[in-house]
Amino acid sequence: MATTDEEVRELIKREYEHGFVTEIESDTFEPGLNEDVIRRLSELKQEPEFMLEWRLKAYRRWLEMEEPEWAHVNYPQVKFDDISYYSAPKRPEDMPQSLDEVDPELLKTYEKLGIPLHERAKLAGVAVDAVFDSVSVVTTFKEPLEKAGVIFCPISEALQKHPELIKKYLGSVVPVADNYYAALNSAVFSDGSFVYIPPGVRCPLELSTYFRINAANTGQFERTLIIADVGSYVSYLEGCTAPMRDENQLHAAVVELVLLDDAQIKYSTVQNWYPGDENGKGGIYNFVTKRAACTGKNSKVSWTQVETGSAITWKYPSCILRGDNSVGEFYSVALTHNYQQADTGTKMIHIGKNTKSTVISKGISAGRSSNAYRGLVKFNPGAEGARNFTQCDSLLIGDRCGAHTFPYIESKNKSAIVEHEATTSKVSDEQMFLCRQRGIEPEQAVSMIVNGFCKEVFKELPMEFAVEAGKLLEVSLEGSVG
Amino acid sequence: MLSIKNLHASVEDKQILNGLNLEIKAGEVHAIMGPNGSGKSTLSQVLAGNEAFEVTEGEVTFNGDNLLDLATEERAREGIFLAFQYPVEIPGVSNLQFLRTSVNAMRKHNGIEDMNAAEFMKLAKEVSKQVDLDPAFLKRGVNEGFSGGEKKRNEIMQALLLKPKLAILDETDSGLDIDALKVVADGVNALRAPDRAILMITHYQRLLDHIVPDYVHVLSEGKIIKSGGPELALELEAKGYGWLGIDDQAAANHG
Ligand SMILES: Nc1ncnc2c1ncn2[C@@H]1O[C@H](COP(=O)(O)OP(=O)(O)OP(=O)(O)O)[C@@H](O)[C@H]1O
Ligand SMILES: [Mg+2]
Repeated sequence: MATTDEEVRELIKREYEHGFVTEIESDTFEPGLNEDVIRRLSELKQEPEFMLEWRLKAYRRWLEMEEPEWAHVNYPQVKFDDISYYSAPKRPEDMPQSLDEVDPELLKTYEKLGIPLHERAKLAGVAVDAVFDSVSVVTTFKEPLEKAGVIFCPISEALQKHPELIKKYLGSVVPVADNYYAALNSAVFSDGSFVYIPPGVRCPLELSTYFRINAANTGQFERTLIIADVGSYVSYLEGCTAPMRDENQLHAAVVELVLLDDAQIKYSTVQNWYPGDENGKGGIYNFVTKRAACTGKNSKVSWTQVETGSAITWKYPSCILRGDNSVGEFYSVALTHNYQQADTGTKMIHIGKNTKSTVISKGISAGRSSNAYRGLVKFNPGAEGARNFTQCDSLLIGDRCGAHTFPYIESKNKSAIVEHEATTSKVSDEQMFLCRQRGIEPEQAVSMIVNGFCKEVFKELPMEFAVEAGKLLEVSLEGSVG
Repeated sequence: MLSIKNLHASVEDKQILNGLNLEIKAGEVHAIMGPNGSGKSTLSQVLAGNEAFEVTEGEVTFNGDNLLDLATEERAREGIFLAFQYPVEIPGVSNLQFLRTSVNAMRKHNGIEDMNAAEFMKLAKEVSKQVDLDPAFLKRGVNEGFSGGEKKRNEIMQALLLKPKLAILDETDSGLDIDALKVVADGVNALRAPDRAILMITHYQRLLDHIVPDYVHVLSEGKIIKSGGPELALELEAKGYGWLGIDDQAAANHG
C-alpha cells in the first residue's frame, strides 16, 4: 500500500472523530443487567429521552418473561448476568496489524469463497486496512444514496438525526415485549442499520455492497429498521459469506421492515457465524426476530436466507400481510452439519384481502445435526381470497442427522386456499456413484447435489451472491463425506 | 487392456460372481449375454468400483495397473465408463453443469485446463444432436423426468463426450423404440476405435444386428460358461439358454 504510516494514523483519527467512541474507547461494562446499566448505555449513546424510556419499558417486560422452551433445540441455559451489555469497539492497537497476524485457517476460507483481497483484511479485523476500506466505501456509496434521498446509517445515528422516524416506527412491527429475546434486544440493543426509502424512489444500489464490508462489526444485540415509503423499492443484503469469529455466544437481533402502499423490499441474508467445532464445542447461539409489516396495499416483501453458521439458530422471518393484495415470500436454505441445531421457518399472517404468500424451505442436514422447519400460516377472518403455497424439502446426508417439519395452519376464512408440499430425500449412494463414475470428487459431488437441491432459493438471491452462497455450501459441507 | 482373472464378488453377503475370467484388448467389442440375475450388472458395477460390491477373490488389471486398488473416480479418470442400466436422477443439477463438471474433472486429471461454459455448451450441443436429444435436455436436471429411452440416449451422449478407453454399456438397448435403437447403435459404432474397447451387456440379437461384436460371452451364475463369435448370439436367439445347461425358465422371463 502506497500510504505512509503518518497518513494511516490520520485516517484512523478521522474515523474516530466522527464515530461516537472517542471518549469511551476503553469502556466495557461489568457483566450483568439492571436498570442502571441501561441508563448508562443510553447516556453513553447520547440517546433522546424517549429511547431510554422505551428501553426501560422493554427491560421491565423482559424481567416478567420466561425463556421459551418450545424450539426444537437443546442448549445449556444462557447466563444473562455473565454478559457485558456494553463494550467499546476494539482499539486499533489491539487488532491484528496485518494479515500476517490473522489465523491462516480463516484466510484459507476467505480464499475458497473468492472474497476479494481488499475485503479479507477488513473481515479479519485488521486495523489499518479496515479504516481505509470504510472511508473509501462510504464516499463511493453514500453519494448516490444521498442524491436519491435514501437514508442509510447506523441506527444510533438515526436516533440523533431522524428521531421522529424512529419514534414512529421502532417497535411498530416487533413490539418490545413480542418475545423473550426481542424484549432483551429492545432493552439493550447496541447498534444496527437504519434505512429509509422516500416515496417513489427505487434505491439506486443494492445495499449489499456496502453492507458486506461493514458487516464484520455487527454487535451482539443488533437492531435493524427498514422503512419503504409509498411506491419505493430496496434490495438489502445482510451478512456475509465469510465466517465470522465472534467471542459473543448469544446473538439476539431484531429486524423490522415496514412497507407502505406499493412498496417492495427484498431482504437477503447469508449467515455464516461460527458453528462450533466438529465435536459440538463453542459456536454462536443465534436467536433472532425478523418481521415485515406490509401495512400498505399492494406491497411486497421477500425474505431470502441462506443459513450455514451458528451452533444454534432460532429464527422465523415473518410477514404480516395487512394491506390488501400484499405479498409475502420466504425462501430459505438452512444447512446444519456436525452438532449444529437449527429451528427456522416463517410466519405468514394474512389479514388483508387477496393477500398471497409463498414459502420455499430447503433444509439440509449432515453429520449429527438437527434441522427443523417450523411454519405458521394464518388467515384472519378478513383475509378474503387469500392464498398460501408452502413447499418444505429436507435433504439428509448420512444417517446420523435429523430433519423435522412442523407446519401449522390456522384459517378463520373459508375462502382462503392453502397448498402444502413436503418431501424428504437423501443424497443417495446411487447418486454419489453416478457422479464419481463420471470422475467427480466425492466432496464436489455432494456440493453439486446440494446446490441442485437449493436451486429454487438461490435464484432469488442477487446474482453475485448466489455464486458465493454456492461456494459457501461447499465449504460448510467439508468433511461431510467419507 | 482389461484382464479379469478368477473374479469373485458378493453383495450383502450374497456371492454373485464365481470365478469370472475375461480378456479384452483395445479395439475389440465384446457382448455379454445371459439370463436375468446371472451377474451381468454386478460385473459392470464391480469394474466401475461400486463400493456396495465386495471383491472376495481374483484380480483385475487395466492397462497393466491393478484396477481394484483405485477409487471409483480414479477408475473413471483412467478411462472406464459405465452406461447405467438404470440411470439415477439428480434433481436440480442441470445436465449441462453435471457434464461440464465431469469433463473438467477428466481434463484436470490429464493436466488440461478447464473448458469454459461457452466452449462446453457448443460441444455439448453437437453431441446431443448426435444422439438425437434436443439440446433443451442439457438444461434439465440430470435424468430428471427423462423417459426410459431418453435416459439411455443421455448415457451414450456422455460416453461420446468423455471418450473413455473402456465403455461398459449395461443394457443400453433395452426400452428403446426402433428409431432410438438405431440412434444408440450409431452412437456406439461412433465410439468404436482402435484404442478403445467396448463391453456391451444385452439380451437381444437386434442390437447386435447394428453393432457386430468381435466376441460374445454367456454369463451364468456368475461365470462365463461359453464364448464365441457373433454367431453365438444368433444361436442363443434361436435356441435360448437351455442347450447350455442353464435353467431355461429364468431366461424365458427376461425383458
Ligand atoms: N444391491 C444388491 N443387494 C442384494 N442383491 C443384489 C444387489 N445387486 C444385485 N443383487 C443380486 O445379484 C444377482 C445378480 O444381479 P445382476 O443385477 O448382476 O443381474 P443381471 O445379470 O444384470 O440381471 P438382469 O438381466 O436382470 O439385468 C441378482 O440375484 C440380484 O438380485
Ligand atoms: Mg442387469
